[in-house]
Amino acid sequence: MNGYDPVLLSRILTGLTLTVHIIYATIGVGVPLMIAIAQWVGIRKNDMHYILLARRWTRGFVITVAVGVVTGTAIGLQLSLLWPNFMQLAGQVISLPLFMETFAFFFEAIFLGIYLYTWDRFENQKKHLLLLIPVAIGSSASAMFITMVNAFMNTPQGFEFKNGEFVNIDPIAAMFNPAMPTKVAHVLATSYMTSAFVLASIAAWHLWKGNRHIYHRKALHLMMKTVFIFSVASVLIGDLSGKFLAEYQPEKLAAAEWHFETSSHAPLVLFGMLTEDGEVKYAIKIPYALSILAHNHPGAVVTGLNEFPEDERPPLYIHYLFDVMVTIGVFLMVVAAAYWLGSIFRWKWTAKKWFFGLLVAGGPLAMVAIEAGWYLAEVGRQPWILRGYMKTAEGATSSAHVDTMLVLFCLLYMVLVIASAIVLIRMFRRNPVERELAERSNNGEVAP
Amino acid sequence: MTLEVIGISVLWLFLFGYIIVGSIDFGAGFFSAYSHWANKQHILHRIIQRYLSPVWEVTNVFLVFFFVGIVGFFPKTAYYYGSILLVPASISIILLAIRGSYYAFHTYGGTERNWYLIAYGLTGLFIPASLSIVLTISEGGFVEVGASGVTLDYGKLFASPLSWSIVLLSVTSVLYISAVFLTYYADEAKDERARALLRRYALLWSGPTMLSALLIIYQLRYHNPEHYANLWNVAWMLVISFLFFVITVWLLWRQRRFGWAFIALLFQYAFAFYAYGISHYPYLLYPYLTIYDGFTNETMAMALIVAFIAGLLLLIPSLYLLMRLFVFNKAYVKGKWEGGKG
Ligand code: HDD
Ligand code: HEM
Ligand code: HEM
Repeated sequence: MNGYDPVLLSRILTGLTLTVHIIYATIGVGVPLMIAIAQWVGIRKNDMHYILLARRWTRGFVITVAVGVVTGTAIGLQLSLLWPNFMQLAGQVISLPLFMETFAFFFEAIFLGIYLYTWDRFENQKKHLLLLIPVAIGSSASAMFITMVNAFMNTPQGFEFKNGEFVNIDPIAAMFNPAMPTKVAHVLATSYMTSAFVLASIAAWHLWKGNRHIYHRKALHLMMKTVFIFSVASVLIGDLSGKFLAEYQPEKLAAAEWHFETSSHAPLVLFGMLTEDGEVKYAIKIPYALSILAHNHPGAVVTGLNEFPEDERPPLYIHYLFDVMVTIGVFLMVVAAAYWLGSIFRWKWTAKKWFFGLLVAGGPLAMVAIEAGWYLAEVGRQPWILRGYMKTAEGATSSAHVDTMLVLFCLLYMVLVIASAIVLIRMFRRNPVERELAERSNNGEVAP
Repeated sequence: MTLEVIGISVLWLFLFGYIIVGSIDFGAGFFSAYSHWANKQHILHRIIQRYLSPVWEVTNVFLVFFFVGIVGFFPKTAYYYGSILLVPASISIILLAIRGSYYAFHTYGGTERNWYLIAYGLTGLFIPASLSIVLTISEGGFVEVGASGVTLDYGKLFASPLSWSIVLLSVTSVLYISAVFLTYYADEAKDERARALLRRYALLWSGPTMLSALLIIYQLRYHNPEHYANLWNVAWMLVISFLFFVITVWLLWRQRRFGWAFIALLFQYAFAFYAYGISHYPYLLYPYLTIYDGFTNETMAMALIVAFIAGLLLLIPSLYLLMRLFVFNKAYVKGKWEGGKG
């Protein structure tokens, strides 16, 4: 077994599964809320276009949920299969939110089943909308619980460590660890923002192609307003996440910012390159900005990476991940603001084709920001799996078959991602909205 | 009752739940595929789809609940089973993933392919078979604990008659349980032709399940005498289980009270499953891991139990609603609101 390294392979497989899962999970967290918004607006305005939006989104949503569920099942089992030592240790302290997560899934699954099959069963649409609330609560709660587990890996607490064992365990303190508030809030806000932008991108795509149907305009308008609100929230909470890092995980922030020497008046380094002897070149430096991000004060002292032992420093490439996330975040917020102002002041250029092109790109870009953010958070925790207590290498399995499993799962995810995309595209192509509107207006439901 | 026993009882209950709802799902998939192949598609397809569509995701959650719960209550199982199950569990995950997602693609996305149907039917048998390996491993004799960790002896596992009997029981049970349930469901739907066909399947598979169960008991005697001896202490449960089996078969035979036939089947499996579980006590993995040395700390156990009770208070009304609206709703079962989807 030349060069076979189960630790490295386990890391790759975990990262791979989560990379796939997070795409569908983000949609799973955000889209129920968007469906609810559309259906609610539809009921209030008595406008069948919005109701139809909710219906069509729901149909697509079922497909993404299915992949979310199966990849989630995979990562749930893989936590024990690939990280048996870690789960044995951490499970003593943090299994409570994991366990509660399953109830959230249950709750979501039950009501999603009901919601899907009761569109025409109630006279009163409001009753049907009520069924969606548990779905939205369930999926957001599951994101909250799993993020609590992840927060615990970053800032473990709620126990005493004696002779390699955890004693005096306090599961509630473990759940409400210092990383929890910003992490949960940032994950939820970015999920809502990303889901809204993905849906807005689809509408923008139709407009970009020249289809000027009012249905797509309404969809775009509704979702871009939602995007704007959640993108502001995301950026504000992202700023708080930076302050959290400065206080509790300074090595992650320092590595993300290539901030080597502890200093006051620290500048924020954007982009750039690192030379062999550790110098930063070609970077944009925003004076004092890092001090402000970390402590809200231009003169504040920011801990540098050199304060930490060499074998406890995260990889420096997370800098680029941070840049990608922040750049996309600011860019999308500006785009959403421009759209909104444009629609108020009737600016011509926000109805131009190139602007729709930007909006089409927005959804995928938001998804890239999500991935970059998670890689920043996870790789930035290295070399720890449980910061301060267990190194990643100690947590992994020693099984001899991780390589074969990695290949199998690669194939599986390729099939799932491609198949789900094909199914979604075909589903909406075969039943274009114009036709569905025409059918429903024949039934007297909608004005054409 | 100690916390350990409460913990394992809760998990055993959910595993039982998964075995029942999972079997119905897996078996339905197989019958659906088989009927297509045998040109009886028109008889079974609608009745099966109508049951499965609203509940498939719930079925999966039962499984998730079990494996998250067991690691919560017994973190050492993550170490022992996690280390040895990488390959078998990964295979199960992959099969489950293909089955689950393609079910949704097919039902909601309208992909219509023959190979899909075949894969769907066959995974319905392979998944229970691959999951049942865990029970075989728990009997001990296939696992070695050495300096480099815990390892599984695949050669021994595949050569063992015990593992094959357990596979046999899992497959026959899947077919039997789902046939009995679907007979009842078809009866509710007043779909006489489907009912007649499914009743035939149910009767057909009743004998083989019983035989393979007996085969397992016989082999246990040689493979794990300690467990076998303990099984005798709860022999009365096995007898009761057998009586319920007789009731189910008799009702099916007389073509009466299909609902009661299914309830008797639930009791049959519950008694047998608990007899098996109780006689397995206190081992989670013979002879290395018992529920006592694998248990989590007391605070966590209490927290989990409190969360469990709170969760049940939330779930039971919701599940009741789901059942009322779909499974036990005469109008839905008969096919009213067929267009209600999306
Ligand atoms: C659309 C997605 C998105 C956008 C626009 C942003 N983020 Fe973010 N960020 C995430 C998506 C994300 C995430 C995927 O949700 C992460 C990964 C782990 C986590 O807790 O949230 C994250 C993590 C994360 C972390 C690491 C937290 C930790 O490791 O504990 C920091 C410091 C920031 N973000 C800061 C920002 C700032 C200053 C932004 C301003 C523009 C920003 N994020 C925009
Ligand atoms: C869903 C978004 C997530 C993504 C995209 C993601 C990505 C990754 C990546 C890329 C790695 C490998 C890092 C490395 O080895 O350098 C990793 C490791 C890991 N992550 Fe995450 N992660 C996510 C969320 C989570 C959550 C919520 C948890 C826990 C509840 C978690 C637990 C782990 C574990 C146990 C490892 C392996 C140990 C390690 O390498 O640190 N991850 N993840
Ligand atoms: C180590 C990390 C993770 C684990 C172990 C995990 C586990 C799971 C499991 C077992 C399921 C399937 C549940 C079912 O059968 O219904 C699932 C689905 C889901 N997960 Fe994850 N998950 C992880 C990361 C995340 C993250 C980071 C998020 C959100 C930000 C998330 C959100 C969801 C949602 C919303 C679903 C429901 C399916 C959907 O609607 O798409 N998960 N997850």
